[in-house]
Amino acid sequence: MQAVTPYLEVTDAIMEAGGEKLKTCLQCGACTGSCPWAPVNGFSVRSMIRLSQFGLEGIEKMMWECSTCKQCEVRCPQGLPIIDVVKAARTVFSQGGLLPGPLRNVVGSLVSKGCPWGGEKEVRYDWMAGRPVPDFGPDKENLYFTCCTYAYDPRNRKVGEATVEVLNKAGLSWGVVKTGEVCCGEAVNKMGETELFGKLKDTNHKLFVDHKATSIITGSPHCYHTFTKEYPGGYKVRHISQVLADAVDSGKLKLSKSLLKKITFHDPCYLGRHNGIYDEPRAVLKAIPDAEFVEMPRNREDSLCCGGGGGKIWMEVPAGERLSDFRVQEAIDTGAQILVVDCPYCLTNFEDSRKVLNAEDKIQVMDLVELVKTVI
Amino acid sequence: MAKITKKPDKEKIGVFLCHCGTNIAGVVDIPALAGYTRDLPGVEMVDEYKFMCSQPGQDLIKDSIKKHKLTKVIVAACSPLMHENTFRKACEEAGLNRYCFIMVNNREHNSWVTEDKALALQKAKDLIRGAVARAFWLEPLEVKEVGVNPNVLILGGGIAGIQAALDLAESGRTVYLVEREQSIGGNMAKFDKTFPTLDCAACILTPKMVSVGQHPNIKLWNYAEVDEVSGFVGNFKVKVRHKATSVNFEKCTGCGICQEKCPVKRPSEFDEGLGNRKAIYTLFAQAVPNKPVIDRVNCTYYIKGKCKVCEKFCEPKAIDFEMKDSVEEIEVGSIILATGFHLWEAGQMPELGMGKYPNVLTSLQFERMSNSSGPTLGKILLKDGREPESVAILHCTGSRDVNYHEYCSRVCCMYALKFAHLIKEKTKAHVYNFYIDMRCFGKGYEEFYHRLLEENVTFIRGKAASVTDRAENESESGKLIVMGEDTLSQKLLRLPVDMVILTNAIEPQLDAQEVARKFKISCAGGGFFLEKHPKLAPVATASDGVFIAGACQSPKDIPDTVAQGQAAASAVFALTQRGKVELEATTAIVDEELCSGCEICLSLCPYQAISHNAEKKISAINDALCKGCGTCAAACPSKAIFARHYTNQQILAELEGVLNERI
Repeated sequence: MQAVTPYLEVTDAIMEAGGEKLKTCLQCGACTGSCPWAPVNGFSVRSMIRLSQFGLEGIEKMMWECSTCKQCEVRCPQGLPIIDVVKAARTVFSQGGLLPGPLRNVVGSLVSKGCPWGGEKEVRYDWMAGRPVPDFGPDKENLYFTCCTYAYDPRNRKVGEATVEVLNKAGLSWGVVKTGEVCCGEAVNKMGETELFGKLKDTNHKLFVDHKATSIITGSPHCYHTFTKEYPGGYKVRHISQVLADAVDSGKLKLSKSLLKKITFHDPCYLGRHNGIYDEPRAVLKAIPDAEFVEMPRNREDSLCCGGGGGKIWMEVPAGERLSDFRVQEAIDTGAQILVVDCPYCLTNFEDSRKVLNAEDKIQVMDLVELVKTVI
Repeated sequence: MAKITKKPDKEKIGVFLCHCGTNIAGVVDIPALAGYTRDLPGVEMVDEYKFMCSQPGQDLIKDSIKKHKLTKVIVAACSPLMHENTFRKACEEAGLNRYCFIMVNNREHNSWVTEDKALALQKAKDLIRGAVARAFWLEPLEVKEVGVNPNVLILGGGIAGIQAALDLAESGRTVYLVEREQSIGGNMAKFDKTFPTLDCAACILTPKMVSVGQHPNIKLWNYAEVDEVSGFVGNFKVKVRHKATSVNFEKCTGCGICQEKCPVKRPSEFDEGLGNRKAIYTLFAQAVPNKPVIDRVNCTYYIKGKCKVCEKFCEPKAIDFEMKDSVEEIEVGSIILATGFHLWEAGQMPELGMGKYPNVLTSLQFERMSNSSGPTLGKILLKDGREPESVAILHCTGSRDVNYHEYCSRVCCMYALKFAHLIKEKTKAHVYNFYIDMRCFGKGYEEFYHRLLEENVTFIRGKAASVTDRAENESESGKLIVMGEDTLSQKLLRLPVDMVILTNAIEPQLDAQEVARKFKISCAGGGFFLEKHPKLAPVATASDGVFIAGACQSPKDIPDTVAQGQAAASAVFALTQRGKVELEATTAIVDEELCSGCEICLSLCPYQAISHNAEKKISAINDALCKGCGTCAAACPSKAIFARHYTNQQILAELEGVLNERI
């Protein structure tokens, strides 16, 4: 065994970049034991933290295995903000262009176009053309923030389209600022690109303030998380599932059509574990006439990550290691015909897995809003 | 020269500056401080010493008092909590009243809280100037003594209370041992073997329980609770409520036929829900006293108005359905709280499967299962009656975990080893221990750990993350799967086992706060009773005459619990043997001329020390109850109350002294 000498300058740098609490890690391993990646690719976040405590080689490779799903943090007996440590390590090792290949493109696109998907600014709002999308102004109560994924990804665009229909049907006072929005910055923040994140945040925050927005609705839990946890605030933020649950509960949105199907729900990490929103989507699903709701064995706090958070949505994961494959199989095993999700990353990953598993005739993957659209 | 408003009297003030090694002298420039102090008005002499609390330091004070005919003494050293009494005593030995002494806290309030030497010197000067200014107004006070009632109340009949009761009863004291359950014995009575010696808990406990039941000096009041406590050290009045047992203990012979015939079956609390008891019950076969009580919530007669099977079979006619709670007032001089612990409910960690999978057990459930008088007669069995082939013991369940209890529960590592041994002894199962750190600190403990290694128990260095029943292959079918990382080999383990035993955190009794309020003591972080000093007064409390022992103070093993029981007994013995106790003279006093009898002070006094004298229509303060907190003095609208040793004049003089900068 080769002797190594701790390189505490690296430790200090990670601590200064926001990973300060790594010093309190007891190395008990509850994080690794909870991590969804550990059983598929041997990733040990405990080991990454240990290397960080010594500043030793290996951190820079391990740190990209994490999808920031928060399962480890929930069980950490020290209450360690583990995601902050991962994020800080990424900042130290990768900020300013040393990112893995696919993420370099994401950063490039965010810098030049304000979205991670390479889409041009000019076409961001094209999907709304010909649809009854009100302009946001002083007469509107709610500002609907259009996530980049809904704007540029063809599959997710359908969720955006359904949202327009559902919000109008619910009689909500809402509108979209049809210019100037950029990515919320959640993923790039977790990738450790804090400066770029700061710019995106300032742009959106200024847009909200300039338009005097007091209430914002997001379709993606990642936008919801960032606006509530990372932005300066001054406005109420609701996720679409909360809006729908309210509308169903108050009777403004009537789920009137029968759905003679078995459905299950996947808790997105950023809706559930990160933000504690578990009941609202279930309340909506359980209000659908005739639909039979079943839980997957791993649900709520125990939900299995789709594998797409923390920048991983853009990274290549070898076959056999894709969490979304396991998750779709788990959904199929419940006998459900529809796997309902509530996050653009989960939707993308699960649609892929459906194809990989040749399960397109076994199970459908739908966003909550899409499903609601079919029963109103 | 500092400006100090002083009484015209001629005072000779001696100021003594303690270095406390380098604790103070390393930060505060003592020679400079001494030079400054010498010039203050009234200061006759200034001296300094490395450790003022040492014998030479105290002698220095005593000699100086005599030599310089000092009328007031100031010591600038550590916290008064630490050494005020030491220096008061030194003053008195030199003929100076103890209240003519002031302690300046130059350590905790100064040298320990700054690294800035210039500021530290400035603050020391300010504090000493304040003390000198106040010293002019200090007056000698008379110290009163009160008698100490030799009787003792012990609350809680676990091993701590039992040990304290026996020691004190042997010394001739009358002991009231109040236990809220049907029997004494506490948690220890539930245990099977005890670590590290493996002697059976019952074998060493029950003889002591029997002695308690038989001792002429012990009044064993089981099924009783304390309603109210008043009074003060040496002279407490305690109202004890005897809960209605529905059984006349005078008549009951303890034959047990009522329990046999009672048709009601309830999960036994003593067996941790693994076995049943009747509605009329004793906790266990060796209960002391061995006389049953009726659980009225579950008794058919109390629910439906008929049954009375127990009464029918009771020959001595001991059943009394009409019995009511009765309250008895006793007088005692001292109190020992030995109320034990509560086992944390692991259901709050759903990932460990407690309450979800029947073969996940709490630590006490395993104790009962392994106990030969328990629900399985000592056999280690799965819910379906099979013997387990593999068992995982998960350490730190809810302990060392900021989400639940931050502290270490201290006994789990050791009883986990004991469990592993018992399982190996009684079954062919392989045993895995998931641990974060092995803490085997006591006498013979490390040796016991070594013995378990020899017994081929597998130790996994990692906290278990989850327990599920989700089998991934045939060999896992029907098993509990424990996931965790072995951090030493850096391998993620997926371990199928038949049984999982948790090591639930030891937490304070659920009503610990309420009990603390009743006895006017405090709870520390984590909710356990707070001792007066963690090292030097571990069984005393902030309430004179009230002592604590055992797991109510913090999680403890049996040896430490017994030691504390004996320590509390010896503290009580010392108090009662002296027969009297000095009362702090720093109490409040009412100026009868000024008091208007408005009674505002009565409701404000936290110690119920003030009463209304209806004849004179004024307030009266009981010196023995008053703690000198000053609340009444501050609130009195007529300014009729002042606090001795903290008069307005004294406080204002000190403030003036502190705030007056050097001119």
